[in-house]
Amino acid sequence: MRVIEPWVAEPLQRFLTESSARLALLMTASGQVVAQHGFTRALDVMSASALGAAIVASTEELARQMGAGPFRALSHQGQTQGLFLSAFAVPRARWIVLVVYDSDSSLGLVQLFFDQLVRELQAAAPDGEAPREVLAADFETELNASLRSLFGR
Amino acid sequence: MTTGLGAALEPITRVRGVRGAMIVSATEGILVAEAVMEGVDAQAVAALAAGLAARLRRATDAAGRGAPVFIHLEAEAGAILAVPGERDLLVVAVTQADVNVGLVRLELRRAADRLA
Repeated sequence: MRVIEPWVAEPLQRFLTESSARLALLMTASGQVVAQHGFTRALDVMSASALGAAIVASTEELARQMGAGPFRALSHQGQTQGLFLSAFAVPRARWIVLVVYDSDSSLGLVQLFFDQLVRELQAAAPDGEAPREVLAADFETELNASLRSLFGR
Repeated sequence: MTTGLGAALEPITRVRGVRGAMIVSATEGILVAEAVMEGVDAQAVAALAAGLAARLRRATDAAGRGAPVFIHLEAEAGAILAVPGERDLLVVAVTQADVNVGLVRLELRRAADRLA
């Protein structure tokens, strides 16, 4: 597991242990990665975070147009693997979690321990100012720094 | 009046010492129907019982004994009993320690048969 925000590590590790999830990606609503587990290539993390953020944005807009409240979570069940995607609030921001699980786990287990993860992140989040917006000019530098943290390169 | 899948749980919950019964999607660990008393977290029991059943299935498979037909997990203050049914469903009961396990097993089996 690799994290950019150190206070995320303990709750996320507990979630991974309890849920037996295979892959996990924690990101901001704009797709900036906060932590990852199980990914071995930076390219996969970048693609998954961009797609995850886009799916959440699309479903939230769909819910808005339908006059429904925001969707709580989205799940896809495949033959051998399942995917769970959900957005949630932490004190300074709105984050998204993307989880991939296989037959060692289940949607029920992921949902159960996701609720616990959210509570623990909300409790552990440090007080302070909201994170600054990343400007286009800084984007590549920020991205490279994040990927170095996430992959130790 | 309870209808459908929920009705299948009524005979189980009528047994003295049963604190709740539920039908769970075995693969997904999701609650399908439930009738539980206060203090029983049905969602959590459903997810964890399905996970337990899946692991026990692997154990019995590895031992060459086929699929489990009855699961009895005894705890300090009661037990979790489960019977796998048709259509990937699992019927689960949460009981007190002094329950008649044989009777609950019978009702679980009957409920599982009704789901076929």
